[in-house]
Amino acid sequence: MSESNTDRPIEQPEGEIKIETRGLNLFYDAFRALTDINVAIPARQITALIGPSGCGKSSFLRCLNRMNDLIDDARVEGDVLLDGGSIYEDDTDVAQLRKRVGMVFQTPNPFPMSIYDNVAYGPRLHGFGGRDSLGEVVEKSLRGAALWDEVKDNLRKSALDLSGGQQQRLSIARVLAVGPDVLLMDEPCSALDPTATFRIEELMLELMERYTIVIVTHNMYQASRVSQHTGFFLLGELIEYGSTVGIFENPKDQRTDDYVRGRFG
Amino acid sequence: MVKQRAQRGWEWLIERAIQVAGAVAIIFVLMIFVFLLRDALPVFKATTARELLAGKDWLPTAEPPRFGFLPLVLGSLYVTIGALALAMPLGLACAAFISEVAPRWMKEVLKPGVEVLATVPSVVFGFLGLLLVGPWLADVLNLPVGLFAALGSLMLAFMAMPTIVSVSEDAIRSVPAALRENSLALGATQWQTIWRVVLPAARSGIIAGVLLGVGRAIGETMTVLMVTGNAAVIPEGLKGLLRPVRTLTATIAGEMGETVVGSPHYHALFAMGLILFLIAFLTNTIADAAIRRSGRLGR
Repeated sequence: MSESNTDRPIEQPEGEIKIETRGLNLFYDAFRALTDINVAIPARQITALIGPSGCGKSSFLRCLNRMNDLIDDARVEGDVLLDGGSIYEDDTDVAQLRKRVGMVFQTPNPFPMSIYDNVAYGPRLHGFGGRDSLGEVVEKSLRGAALWDEVKDNLRKSALDLSGGQQQRLSIARVLAVGPDVLLMDEPCSALDPTATFRIEELMLELMERYTIVIVTHNMYQASRVSQHTGFFLLGELIEYGSTVGIFENPKDQRTDDYVRGRFG
Repeated sequence: MVKQRAQRGWEWLIERAIQVAGAVAIIFVLMIFVFLLRDALPVFKATTARELLAGKDWLPTAEPPRFGFLPLVLGSLYVTIGALALAMPLGLACAAFISEVAPRWMKEVLKPGVEVLATVPSVVFGFLGLLLVGPWLADVLNLPVGLFAALGSLMLAFMAMPTIVSVSEDAIRSVPAALRENSLALGATQWQTIWRVVLPAARSGIIAGVLLGVGRAIGETMTVLMVTGNAAVIPEGLKGLLRPVRTLTATIAGEMGETVVGSPHYHALFAMGLILFLIAFLTNTIADAAIRRSGRLGR
């Protein structure tokens, strides 16, 4: 932990901690995308990450399920603990990790198959039992993603025929079907209209009861509407982290203040 | 105003030119069909359709001549299906490896390398099969002759592979990266992602690649003429793969120069051409339907 970070306004949340990062640095080749991130993310709450484009919030999110592994030049230093155990051990099973830490991307990308097969994709990978239980998992996941009533009569239809908002809820259902504890959401509403955005936000508040949610968002109103905790990123550093109410109403760092009041970004 | 009119005239000219070019392609196909038909139909003066398609003997110079296509059609099928059975899994695996697994430098070497294989003239493959691979395989497998159906399949597989690899690799590479990410993020391994998401998403391109490969295999003449032994006998069972056969194409190429123009033998060879034409037409139509069908979920 570097000197400059310790006096930052970074609060330790109360209660059970799901994810914790220690001195997390991320490099793309020589470029330092993240600098010394130390943060604790509480279980079964929504944590929002805000900041201007290119500030590293998405890169940070992708450290939490090791999606950065896919980028050739990416290198991670420091550590990420999930339930107290490092996810960057040499023998970490990355597929198992991603099963526990699901991710919803910015643009919905259904697989070119039926709605049913999209949701069943994960369970099939991980060898869920017979046909009956698979059908149940699919129904439960679609209900969980508030999509069931709209698609229950058309489960065999191509997922690509759904609207954008429905596709994004399908993406969420697909993740839920795998049975994760954590949901990472990378600007999940940026490609959606206000109505669809509202539905996803409602859904997140329902999902919060059972899942730890980390959402990256461009939209500060969204962050203030759905999250209990907020982190503000700038140029690869975590500037401030604490309760959402505190960050938005009484920010301690001048830069946070400027950002949440819309003076830049 | 004048300039505008000139431009419109130019526009008209280009449109017509494109129309003509498009029509020419169709006209060519139709004309080929008409001429084949014209020279193939008189064969029925000497024989019946039943004898032609189901006859077991191809003895065009015997007295009386016997025009049974069955051994030749089966010969073509054996060689082509054998080639496909070899080239398809190998080609697909190769394409998947190049686009999904291989590091960048290896990609840059492999893709052009495979494509060079497509430029090797078919007579060279025939030559290699005839002198090198055939005798060696006959020795290893303890066969009476070093010229047999499977050898033709093997050589054709080499020739069809570059097409299959190249076209499928393009299709695989154009699968959006986001689909792979989504699959991996759900806890899929790389192999599961390739098998369950990437290949299905690329299927129409893969089908197209395989069919282009089949097209090359079924129409190929020189190589099969050189390596399959040219015995117009009906191949039997799997063992038939290790015996000499003769294909439709090899028969046409081998005998066309020696027949009397206008004789029943001559017309019979045209009938073979017609059959090849219809097979090609049929494969294309099936492929089209397959692509459209698989595209329905993908669209």
